[in-house]
Amino acid sequence: MAEVTASRSVKVRHMMSTLGTAGTAFCAGLASGLLLLLLVYVTIQGIGALNPSFFFDVPKPVGVPGGGVGNGILGSTIMIGIAGLLSAPIGIGCGIYLANFGRGPAAAGVRYLSDVLAGIPSIAIGLFAYTLFVQPFGHFSAFSASVALGILMLPLIVRTTEEAFRAVPSEIREGSLALGLTTFSTTMRVLLPAARPLLATGLILAIARVSGETAPLLFTAFGSQFWETNPFAPMAELSLQVFTYAISPYAEWHRIAWGGALVLIVVVFLLNVAARVVIKPVAKSR
Amino acid sequence: MSVEVQTGAQPLDASPSGRVIVDRALVARLKLSDVSFRIALTVAPLIYVALIVALFLMLAKGSSEAFAKFGLSFTWNSVWNPVTGQFGGLPFIYGTIVSSFLALLLAAPVGIYAAAYLAEFAPPLLSKTLGFMIELLAAVPSVVYGLWGLFVLAPIIRNYFGPAVQSVLGFLPIFQGPIYGIGMLTAAIILSIMILPTVTAISRDLIQAVPAAQREGSLALGATRWETVQNVLLPYVKTGIFGALVLALGRALGETIAATMVIGNRPHISASLFAPGYTLASVIANEFTEATSSIYTSALIELGFLLFIVSLIVNGVARLMLWTIMRQR
Repeated sequence: MAEVTASRSVKVRHMMSTLGTAGTAFCAGLASGLLLLLLVYVTIQGIGALNPSFFFDVPKPVGVPGGGVGNGILGSTIMIGIAGLLSAPIGIGCGIYLANFGRGPAAAGVRYLSDVLAGIPSIAIGLFAYTLFVQPFGHFSAFSASVALGILMLPLIVRTTEEAFRAVPSEIREGSLALGLTTFSTTMRVLLPAARPLLATGLILAIARVSGETAPLLFTAFGSQFWETNPFAPMAELSLQVFTYAISPYAEWHRIAWGGALVLIVVVFLLNVAARVVIKPVAKSR
Repeated sequence: MSVEVQTGAQPLDASPSGRVIVDRALVARLKLSDVSFRIALTVAPLIYVALIVALFLMLAKGSSEAFAKFGLSFTWNSVWNPVTGQFGGLPFIYGTIVSSFLALLLAAPVGIYAAAYLAEFAPPLLSKTLGFMIELLAAVPSVVYGLWGLFVLAPIIRNYFGPAVQSVLGFLPIFQGPIYGIGMLTAAIILSIMILPTVTAISRDLIQAVPAAQREGSLALGATRWETVQNVLLPYVKTGIFGALVLALGRALGETIAATMVIGNRPHISASLFAPGYTLASVIANEFTEATSSIYTSALIELGFLLFIVSLIVNGVARLMLWTIMRQR
């Protein structure tokens, strides 16, 4: 009798185990299924809006057929480009500093602040850029948006740069120093080439991180109806256009919003995949 | 050195007596290079830290006008009426907290158990693929989530989910009132999807890093794999998972565009989850460019400053927790 109950409880426990495992599989399936759902839906809704005029035209007023987000795509490229130019030197410098001299409490502090900054809402950073570059000059500008985006890129660049330099085997660093090279030459001529793929990954991910940002641009770049290329004037931006069109009441504009969303998602995913491809040869050679 | 001298092979920089000749000028030059490189490199972190300090100061300065006028009552005053110049932040604080915690409530179980599957049960290739897909969920631009929430999720809530819930649980105050589709619940669902990758990725890494002895000990004692996950692995990493949840909460608190598109944007405190609400971030997004007076702008910056301080604390705590755990390993 006792044996029967024991075996029964074992059976129950095994059933529970199977059920529990299935439950966790369901959770993982749900999470990744959401991505597929989103991808498929955005593709179906957005693909119809994609045509040459979508990519090469400026927005048209409601009721006028056609019109596109060409100026937004150009604006995004310009702003992210400037953001990268602003943040890469500071971020990479910080990362190299942390990798080279990152032992004391000061370095730990920088690292901690950087991690915390990564979690600060982008809209707060946008407000900062506003108080710094919009309020004093009295007009919106693409440059102020680039500053906001650049700050958003910093934590990721700092972190990946440090990791990239730390990932170089210490024998290489020690060998170089033992041969009499200075820290500067070691860093620039020996470590940098070895760290370059991981460094590129970090930059690509940082660009991917900000290319979908909308919130800090609302009151910095502001948006524009024209082919604006002056960084000190208000400029159009793709995700900003998607936002504006999405909350408009016009079906025609909703269509363009879906098209823009599709472009955004494809760009961000390609960047994420590119980041992994760049990293691969490194992973293999180890 | 002395060995080489004995074998007759003279090192280039050694004198016949075996003593090393040092080119002092060269050494000085190398040392100078090292020192100046270090000083030059220190500039970058200094700029970085200065930026973060400036961030704090500029937001504080921008909100000083509103703070001088309303003081601390700003945080518990619930009237927001720009026309009459009344600015109270409570509806936004309430909306931010409710939507974020609800999102966390939805995302935590799914995220943690998904992580358990990826770390413990899934075959390696499947685990990698699903893990990458879930991480991509974090890369989807927030405006895309907003768009999907507005045109897909909101109608589902309005036409199917809402009425169904109301017919069963309609006696609860949180499910009463008209269903607009956009509102607190819709925002919470969208936010929960957005923070799911944070919970899953960190939890998975934590579970994978549990020492094999813990896992093997439990299995050797006769526990099933599920019991091992439930009774050994998850309790082992609970502090870390708590840190991950706090981090995810920080994400949800500051999420702007997606929340703005689906929460309904009404500065009103309502018990119903179907009712529209407003968050700190979304009121800034909506009204900042339309703020007509300097006190209006300042009140909005103060809301941003509040959000900044809260996420500073939340992220600071989360990072500290995760750091201590990583250091124990």
